[in-house]
Amino acid sequence: MKTFTLNKLMASAAVCMVALSGAASADPHPDAELIIEGELNVKVRAEPAAHLDGAVPEIYSGWLFRTDETRSLQMDDFENPAMLGVEAGQDAWNTVEGAAGKSCADCHGDAAESMKGVRAVMPKVNDNGDLWSTEDYVNNCRTERMEADALKWNSGDLNNMVAYISVQSRGMPVAVQIDGEAEPFWERGKDMYYTRFGQLELSCASCHEENYGMNIRADHLSQGQINGFPTYRLKQGKLISTHNRFRGCIRDTRAESFAMGSQEFRELELYVASRGLGLDTEGVAVRN
Amino acid sequence: MNPRFISATLATALVVAGASASAEVKPADLVWEDEIAIPASLSGTAGDPAKGAEVLVKRSLGNCVACHENSAMPDVAFQGNVGPSFDGVGARWSEAELRGIVANAKQVFPGSIMPVFYNDNPDDYIRPGDAYTAKAYNPETFTTLLTAQQIEDVVAYLTTLTEY
Ligand code: HEC
Ligand code: HEC
Repeated sequence: MKTFTLNKLMASAAVCMVALSGAASADPHPDAELIIEGELNVKVRAEPAAHLDGAVPEIYSGWLFRTDETRSLQMDDFENPAMLGVEAGQDAWNTVEGAAGKSCADCHGDAAESMKGVRAVMPKVNDNGDLWSTEDYVNNCRTERMEADALKWNSGDLNNMVAYISVQSRGMPVAVQIDGEAEPFWERGKDMYYTRFGQLELSCASCHEENYGMNIRADHLSQGQINGFPTYRLKQGKLISTHNRFRGCIRDTRAESFAMGSQEFRELELYVASRGLGLDTEGVAVRN
Repeated sequence: MNPRFISATLATALVVAGASASAEVKPADLVWEDEIAIPASLSGTAGDPAKGAEVLVKRSLGNCVACHENSAMPDVAFQGNVGPSFDGVGARWSEAELRGIVANAKQVFPGSIMPVFYNDNPDDYIRPGDAYTAKAYNPETFTTLLTAQQIEDVVAYLTTLTEY
């Protein structure tokens, strides 16, 4: 009986192949290179990390799945709308806020020096053994050292600051730690990645591992990498955080999603970041 | 009131009005044959292929073209290709098999990413939500993705797709 079912499906798959061979390729762009401002070469294809155990043959940045127009926006800092957020983040970096009368720059000096490589290793385990995202480190400085209010997850102010920090790692390889004290978080993130949430029973893997390159209605599925976050989404007309993207993707499975800044999303962030090991940090990307 | 509920109510009303014998088959009471086919109508009312075509396309209904291409609908923009093309699907599968696939694709293709369109038990899901609100489901309103009649309509439409 099962062979009988399979045969019919194989028949339809064969017909499918024939029908598709003439159509435009749905795959990631075969040879585009991400070179920013004509000089910074950002790695958008890589050999999969060993931990992926052959789950995908190659790792691709989401940049390779976008249209020619969207890709070109990210190659030019004047055209890249995310750079406005970076500039706003830079202003905030130098602005005194909170009861302690300090700015970020008062403690960290020039971000180009002190924040270089920081985004590439996020999220990471802090001194207390908690897994923290870039946003948590920013908010911890605000509340503990500046005596200012924490910024809301995915708010413009927080995304701008994370964008400014991320751009200091642009072109540096993703370098999250997944072993040692990070391992239990990473394992839970991995479980989550393969959990089929919601009434549609779809996992991250259903879309981004098994079907990248395919179309779901108008959407061209990428591998769901986060090396480009925070990302300017043309559709939303603003910068969005990693956790905002996760929240939307889980919502789209008709599930009760998780809160941005939740422990679950930090763990998922670590695991998804580790699927991008080998790519360079793009901070800050443009997507549709 | 949600339109799906209204149409379900109407469908049931019609059945009663027409004094048709069969009532709607609940998701828990589906009767399978050879593990992949459901011979009996879910609603007791013959499917309407025109309405089925609408279910196939509408985002708020089946949105089947999110994953399947259908050359019989050249005007429908953005057809997905995560699943096989619908071309010839009515020649490949019997009506009872199509009903099985649409009602519960995971029964027919174990592990499939195709959603189960006829199951109203929230306990079968992980963190079921209240439609696309990202909030937890409401036990009062949680229901199948498609009504029995909508499934009959889609199946009626699919059986017309005999051309490759
Ligand atoms: C129903 C299909 C679906 C599921 C399930 C899904 N996604 Fe997505 N995701 C999309 C679509 C569509 C996009 C937009 C196109 C793209 O970049 O793939 C997207 C985009 C993304 C992006 C942005 C990539 C970029 O380069 O900007 C990330 C990150 C992402 N998803 C992560 C996840 C994670 C993590 C999960 C599981 C919690 C998940 N997705 C589940 C459909 C899905
Ligand atoms: C999220 C993706 C998705 C959606 C939405 C979806 N399907 Fe499918 N469907 C699939 C996949 C994938 C298969 C192939 C079986 C497999 O390998 O799991 C399939 C198989 C089928 C088949 C058998 C196809 C053949 O060529 O032999 C039929 C019929 C079908 N689907 C009908 C529907 C209908 C009707 C709807 C909407 C009410 C629908 N599908 C919605 C993914 C989907």
